[in-house]
Amino acid sequence: MSDAVIVVVLLLVAACATAAVVQRDPARQALVLSVLGVLLAALFTVLQAPDVGLSQLAVGSALTPLLIMLCVRKIRRRGRPKEDAR
Amino acid sequence: MNRLRLWLLAVGGAGLAALLVAACLDLPGFGGRRHPYGDRAVQASLARHTANTISSVNFDQRAYDTLGEMSILFAAVLGCVVLLRQARDEHRDRPEPAEVARPVRRYALLVLPVALVTGLYVVAHGQLSPGGGFQGGVVAATALHLLYLGADYGALERVRPLGVYETSDAVAVCAYLVLGLASVLAGTAFLANTLLPYGTFNTLSSGGTVPLLNAAIGMEVASAVVVLLAHFLDQAVEIEEEQGS
Repeated sequence: MSDAVIVVVLLLVAACATAAVVQRDPARQALVLSVLGVLLAALFTVLQAPDVGLSQLAVGSALTPLLIMLCVRKIRRRGRPKEDAR
Repeated sequence: MNRLRLWLLAVGGAGLAALLVAACLDLPGFGGRRHPYGDRAVQASLARHTANTISSVNFDQRAYDTLGEMSILFAAVLGCVVLLRQARDEHRDRPEPAEVARPVRRYALLVLPVALVTGLYVVAHGQLSPGGGFQGGVVAATALHLLYLGADYGALERVRPLGVYETSDAVAVCAYLVLGLASVLAGTAFLANTLLPYGTFNTLSSGGTVPLLNAAIGMEVASAVVVLLAHFLDQAVEIEEEQGS
């Protein structure tokens, strides 16, 4: 039973990680990365490492995507002319 | 030149692959029944009345490693603060109050207190249940930024006096060091968990210095994440480059 769960979560992680690489837009990549963070947290929890799962949930699915989004926003704003910058 | 680089990369990659394969061949089987290191860690943590063995490893058996990790985070945030500071050819624009969709506002303001309390709970119960200073600190710090989603940047800046967080980051790092030095003064090794009584197993005050070190890490991580995000947000929202630069 628990082996089946591990296999399913592993497959989901692999699929999501591939999606993150295939996706070329950094903002969307950050969103996929956040989903990947949740899946990895589930994987760690299934493998009986809830401490690592919690770290992964907090850092991998909230903090890192947020930092990437902020960087993307800064860079896009710089590329735009001043008047329509928000 | 390009060829040489590729060759260098190929040699390095092949070496790394060979080492990884050699290391993996020596790993114990997946999900086996024998965990010699785990058994010893659990025994040591039970002897010191710490219910969460991971916390016992982090803040008692390997407290010195955690000191290193804390210094890495501190130095990394310090580096970001230096890199992201307002340069001479940049100026600050007050961000205009932004329109927030009603469901987003309602959800963010509803979840904010819940997430904040969850983060603090995870920090406080680090020695008892999964989690601890690092995880809880990140949760509490990111929870604060739901205010940016639910209201706007001005509101976030009002509840987040940056100087206080910068100071508390440094104070928490000092607290960890002082707790370590306290055991030296008491006549044992640096960061040895022999200073305080171990208390009753599975209560908040159990585990000797583990809850104190855990709380110091929680404070350090929460303040560090707030400071880090504040400088990223400043760059993304407020700081503008001068025209013609």
